[in-house]
Amino acid sequence: MLQFSFWDILSNLLIATQWTIVLSLIAFFCGGIVGLVLLFMRTSRIAPLEWFTKIYIEFFQGTPLLMQLFLFFFGIALFGVEVSPWMAATLALTFWTSAFLTEIWRGCVEAIPKGQWEASSSLALSYIEQMRYVILPQASRIAVAPTVGFSVQVIKGTALASIIGFVELTKAGTMLNNATFRPFLVYSLVALIYFCLCFPLSWWAKKIEGRLNVAR
Amino acid sequence: MSLVSIRDVRKSFGPNEVLKGVSLDIAKGDAVAIIGRSGSGKSTLLRCINGLETYQSGSIVADGIEVAGANTNLRELRRHVGMVFQQFNLFPHLTAAENVMLAPTVVNKVSKAEARATAAEVLAKVGLSEKMDAYPSELSGGQQQRVAIARSLAMRPKVLLCDEITSALDPELVNEVLRVVEQLAREGMTLILVTHEMRFARDVGTKLVFMHHGKVHEEGAPKEVFAAPRTPELQQFVGQVG
Repeated sequence: MLQFSFWDILSNLLIATQWTIVLSLIAFFCGGIVGLVLLFMRTSRIAPLEWFTKIYIEFFQGTPLLMQLFLFFFGIALFGVEVSPWMAATLALTFWTSAFLTEIWRGCVEAIPKGQWEASSSLALSYIEQMRYVILPQASRIAVAPTVGFSVQVIKGTALASIIGFVELTKAGTMLNNATFRPFLVYSLVALIYFCLCFPLSWWAKKIEGRLNVAR
Repeated sequence: MSLVSIRDVRKSFGPNEVLKGVSLDIAKGDAVAIIGRSGSGKSTLLRCINGLETYQSGSIVADGIEVAGANTNLRELRRHVGMVFQQFNLFPHLTAAENVMLAPTVVNKVSKAEARATAAEVLAKVGLSEKMDAYPSELSGGQQQRVAIARSLAMRPKVLLCDEITSALDPELVNEVLRVVEQLAREGMTLILVTHEMRFARDVGTKLVFMHHGKVHEEGAPKEVFAAPRTPELQQFVGQVG
């Protein structure tokens, strides 16, 4: 039987970690772009657009991410389209991330005083121009900390992609455990790697938050 | 012909009717001071003129544009009707000059250089040439309000609406703002001012409007109206504040 040394286990986990990082980055950036579009719709005061985003957000916040992964993985296949675990994971995590980011950012937009909207309206700026030149530059300052904080949730969320067979950190851990029968060691290492990815982000988010509080 | 024509305007917030049929004509070059108790509907009336509030019936025509609900060309209207607020509402992430330049560059598509020249001109007019690159947080309340006036002036409005623009200021800062408004009135800018500054309304205004319970209760030449108020409500009001 093939023998795995500690370094074999660790190096295999680190190779798989790359996929966790790639999946997190794609989910975060695509989710951010979708979230920004949804944010414009959500704050547009155009009723059908607001309703659509409300339902979208309720769905993705109100159902488990795992169910969403299943729905994308098995659901799209029903239409005769072959979906790879990679594709399903990317789509599900993107939409899930966008729903949360939209809500976080909406809170930041609503924290901007009403007078800023009224003054920019009175200067004949359109809604898109108001958002671009007046509201978002101010809202984005207060959005940085909670957004970075949420990125930690995205990284941990990618672990669920292991269940539909996408080989990232958690899946690699499971496979290594099956080969080595050393679950405590393997999963300790997996947890440690997640921690090393997440801790700097949450530490950074706290730091930004503190700096903003001093500035005000 | 009047520049702003308000006909029988009615406006309710829920069951509470705040404007109960207001009619008013404002000619080019008028400096109209609107006075009255809080809750008399004066600020609401002002906000209806540039479409910040909608109204239920009647009509408002400003500079040839009918201000009526969703079909109004608000962008065109607001290019010609400026507004200055009680709380200044400067954009805190932009310098004084950038505050002034924003609408000309974004809305009127004027070049940065030209907008900067206009900003320099209007900021000089309000006495803040040396503060062009200061952020709002570095300015006093009076200075911020003068930047807000300059920001409106940069769009070359036909009418300037001023909503209690000195009410949020410390007493010693009120005069520097009033002087700017007075100068604008002298230059022939059409002004509609909701104000609590009675002396200013009397000395600078060309027309005085006293609002009471959502109606124009009394109007006329300021000096005459103040000297001899016809209605007991205005007599009482002038007695209390004057």
